[in-house]
Amino acid sequence: MTCWETVTGYAFRSLGYGEKLLPRSDFTLCQQFTLIGSGLIWNIYFGLLALLCGFFFANALAMAKASRHAALRKPAEWFIFVFRGSPLFIQFFLAYEALVMLPRAGIDVFGITVETAWLTRAWAGALIVLFLNTAAYSAEIFYGALRAIPKGDLEAADAYGLTGWNKFIRVQWPTMLRLAWPGYTNEAIFLFHATTLVFFSGFPAFQQRGDALYYANYFADKTFNPFIPYPIVAFYFICLTLLVIWLFGVVNTRLNRHLPANTRARIRLRPQIIR
Amino acid sequence: MFSSCADPKAIEGLTWLLCYLTSGKHLDFYASFGTVLALLAITAPTALAFGFFGAMAARSPMLPLRLLGQGYTGMVRGIPDIVFFLFFVIALDQGIEWMVHQVRCPDWTEPVRQGLEFRVCPEAKVPSSNAAQTWHSLYGFGLAVFTFALVFGAFAANVLTGAMAAVPRAQLETAESYGMTPRQVFRRIMVPQMWVYALPGLSNLWMILIKATPLLFLLGVKDIVYWARELGGSKTQAYEYPHPDWRLYYFLFLLCFYLLMTWGSERVLGRVSQRLSLGQATAAGEAQRKAAA
Repeated sequence: MTCWETVTGYAFRSLGYGEKLLPRSDFTLCQQFTLIGSGLIWNIYFGLLALLCGFFFANALAMAKASRHAALRKPAEWFIFVFRGSPLFIQFFLAYEALVMLPRAGIDVFGITVETAWLTRAWAGALIVLFLNTAAYSAEIFYGALRAIPKGDLEAADAYGLTGWNKFIRVQWPTMLRLAWPGYTNEAIFLFHATTLVFFSGFPAFQQRGDALYYANYFADKTFNPFIPYPIVAFYFICLTLLVIWLFGVVNTRLNRHLPANTRARIRLRPQIIR
Repeated sequence: MFSSCADPKAIEGLTWLLCYLTSGKHLDFYASFGTVLALLAITAPTALAFGFFGAMAARSPMLPLRLLGQGYTGMVRGIPDIVFFLFFVIALDQGIEWMVHQVRCPDWTEPVRQGLEFRVCPEAKVPSSNAAQTWHSLYGFGLAVFTFALVFGAFAANVLTGAMAAVPRAQLETAESYGMTPRQVFRRIMVPQMWVYALPGLSNLWMILIKATPLLFLLGVKDIVYWARELGGSKTQAYEYPHPDWRLYYFLFLLCFYLLMTWGSERVLGRVSQRLSLGQATAAGEAQRKAAA
């Protein structure tokens, strides 16, 4: 089998297309690169969707936590505490066990049967957990940024007669985003790393359709040689991390474009706010 | 454990629950919390030491040492930690066996890697195949601890490099003007002052470490996750204490345990931060000075 045939056979194996059976013996480097890369599709899917949906929810949560009304503030505080205070690993297990307990046949709501079986599958169940998890972490970052908005900016908004929604959307929100962005970049990177946990915790891989680490682990188990598959995963993830840093860097430049060049917040590792 | 538990099928209600929760396997489950705490207690100082040397290497004037230090600190940013966990445990195991193999069986001719197998001479097995089960578990735990320390050492090195850079330059210049050597400046001025800058990062790291402990399960150690899955799974009438699938409740219990741990740590670390800020030239230290005055 040539390398090109391997690529066409296995490139979308993680989604269920191409060859049915995984290679069982005579593992080539090409097979390992292709299958692990194919698994990476899932990591990108989980990371991208969770980040996208989580961003909006995190904004709402941060606002709620900064709110003066206890009815808004308390639930947000509790939500953030529970998701930041417990391991993602346990959250996956718990979610899976809870979702499995839903009735198999679906739930009757006013005569309409709502299907629930799809919730126990990784593509939905794990995505929900990752979404809630990243929302909690990002909300804490946004909340911190919201409280760090310079007093002068708010006074300037008042002086211009901006109030309510106008003040929020024109002054508070952009400033919050600008201050939170380096921390949020870190959160995005570590969220992509966290996606590797999906198939190792609770959610089973259906028909051997797994993520990058799932296939790497498969190869390591079969060949008893960790020195090839794991460095391949590492290579893919370093590329992914660099891509994320670049993309977020572009947004960061855009958020800071009104500032004089020497005061711009550069994106760098801020270990205080690793997940 | 209790004499009334001799025939579990005959009892019910609270007595049943009491007997159930004190069965032999449950005692193992409770003991495994000790495993997790032991991991934390050993890993935290070791990782701090790794981090300290990593940070020193990353600031070294010697190029190879600096590159090594920077590579070490940079690796955790690009690669998911779980990859390291899965990789190092096998790699270390094979590495140790290979070295013992070289020492004990110098005239072994067959290659160590035969196709899909990793085969060393029987004397080189670590721990030896007739050792007690305890040694096997201890060895597995030791490998896990070392891996955790290595990965979290890299995170700690990141934090400490930042903290060393954050010590005000004027402080070091003053020390230099007193005629201290670079070594003295490092030991007497920089290291005592850097902790206050390192504390937020190290606190966060401690939280991450707590939240990473369930990964022990992936490394084959019988930790709390293992027992929760084992005990919670549905038990048929063949077992002493039959029950339906209770894993959800066991995991809820673990969730509460972890929430309690992080909540407690947060409070303690808050106190430590207050204490360390005392008399420091930082905003928090200044606030304390003003409050006292």
